[in-house]
Amino acid sequence: MRDVSIIGFGQTPVGEHWELSLRHIAAQAVLAAMQDAGIDRADALYVGNMIASETSGQHHLGALVADFVGLRGIEAFRVEAACASGAAALRAGYLAVASGAADLVIVVGLEKMTDAIGNSITTALAEAADADYETPHGLSFVSINALLMRRYMYEFGVRHEDFAGFAITAHQNAVNNPYAMFRRPITKEEFVQARMIADPINLLDSSPVADGAAAVVLCPTDQARSFSEHPVRIRACEVGTDSLALHDRRDPLFLEAAYISVQKAYARAGVTPADIDLFELHDAFTIMAALSLEAAGFARRGEGVRLAMDGSIALNGRIPISTMGGLKGRGHPVGATGVYQVIEVAQQVTGRAGANQVPNARLGMAQNIGGSGATVITTILEA
Amino acid sequence: MGIPAYWRTRTQRYALVGEVCHKCGAKIFPPRDVCPECARPASDPFTFSGRGEVYSFSTIYQPPEGFEEFAPYTVALVKLEEGPLVTAQLTDVDPAEVHIGMPVEMVTRKLREEGEEGQIIYGYKFRPLLRSTLTPRPSGQAA
Repeated sequence: MRDVSIIGFGQTPVGEHWELSLRHIAAQAVLAAMQDAGIDRADALYVGNMIASETSGQHHLGALVADFVGLRGIEAFRVEAACASGAAALRAGYLAVASGAADLVIVVGLEKMTDAIGNSITTALAEAADADYETPHGLSFVSINALLMRRYMYEFGVRHEDFAGFAITAHQNAVNNPYAMFRRPITKEEFVQARMIADPINLLDSSPVADGAAAVVLCPTDQARSFSEHPVRIRACEVGTDSLALHDRRDPLFLEAAYISVQKAYARAGVTPADIDLFELHDAFTIMAALSLEAAGFARRGEGVRLAMDGSIALNGRIPISTMGGLKGRGHPVGATGVYQVIEVAQQVTGRAGANQVPNARLGMAQNIGGSGATVITTILEA
Repeated sequence: MGIPAYWRTRTQRYALVGEVCHKCGAKIFPPRDVCPECARPASDPFTFSGRGEVYSFSTIYQPPEGFEEFAPYTVALVKLEEGPLVTAQLTDVDPAEVHIGMPVEMVTRKLREEGEEGQIIYGYKFRPLLRSTLTPRPSGQAA
């Protein structure tokens, strides 16, 4: 396996892009990444996307995007793993370069959620769940996370307001990210009083529906310096899986796929949790942040939520998370999120995170979660 | 979910028929033909009693398409007395009275209608366990 590095990236602001189509936001991100890397060609392009067929009536995204950005003819296809589609596309690109099959690869995460109106987006997102035994009973994706949160609160004696720190930190960090959707802070009072979506999950536990595209360019590490002054090594990009349905899990409150992917990533990179300077985790809902911290070894079982209460997750804390806003503050264009996370870690470990720079960040981790934890992909980056 | 998929899962939805593993004894729902405990083939049918308790629950205020008429409604993970968890709606209950550990039993109810011309889908929901099944009435007494 060859060592692989990121030599350029580009992202569109996350938000409601009514004036832009699926292919246009993809092109914005890809062309920005190509410009950043100083390239006008590539060997392959992989598109991470979850629900374009439902939102925009469009499959076949690899060829669509490759053609639209002026790369007609190259290898290109879509990779899908629900909300982990972005990181799954990165994994595909990483393998292509590591194996020697390609030297220059573009990975773009892409979602155009505002092309769907009303409850149809709720239906589309629920396709991450078990279509035979969860969604026919009227479960929304939010409610599946709510089942986890309720049980967590019951088993570990935690109150809903104890989760507030996750959302407050995310919003605070989003203020300084020009690509974030919600660039304003929120208060604990607002968190507690927010409108209920699926009890006990309210609006401010939840990441927003949004449009977005984010792209990175990969090449072998031994060629990276010829393209970029700030190359970032991919020390690991590892996948774990679990059952789609919560009811099929051995212990619904333990993200086994996250544990598997994190352990594989630590082993490949030769590091431990203590070496990680920041963690872009998948805070689609506040409960997921708590479970992710536990599965990654930053907190014991049932204690992940405490890191949101004692300041550990702040930019100068023990394990900073959501440093550019996370899914909650930056926004969660589902299939694009995994690539946004990786770009944010790349910014941090190269000292280019601006006002939100984590002091002396050298080694950062991103974790992209598909469904309620059925696919988890953990990436470790180093400047 | 379309008509063929509803048809395929009819015995599960109407009668809570799962499987039992004859190697390790695990009771399996939904059926999956490979035992999740010992990874060996397991396709012998097993009909669950339909009794269990609430493991977790959530009341949905923003429903997916096709479930608008029921909102708000309460969904749950139910721990069946034979072991497995099952995902289902709760019915015949005030959402404010639902709690973890609440004894429940399976009933057959309408899950959704697929439009005016479409079929009506039935399946399991769970309601609070009726008192009469806890304390049998003396014989001869009217219900």
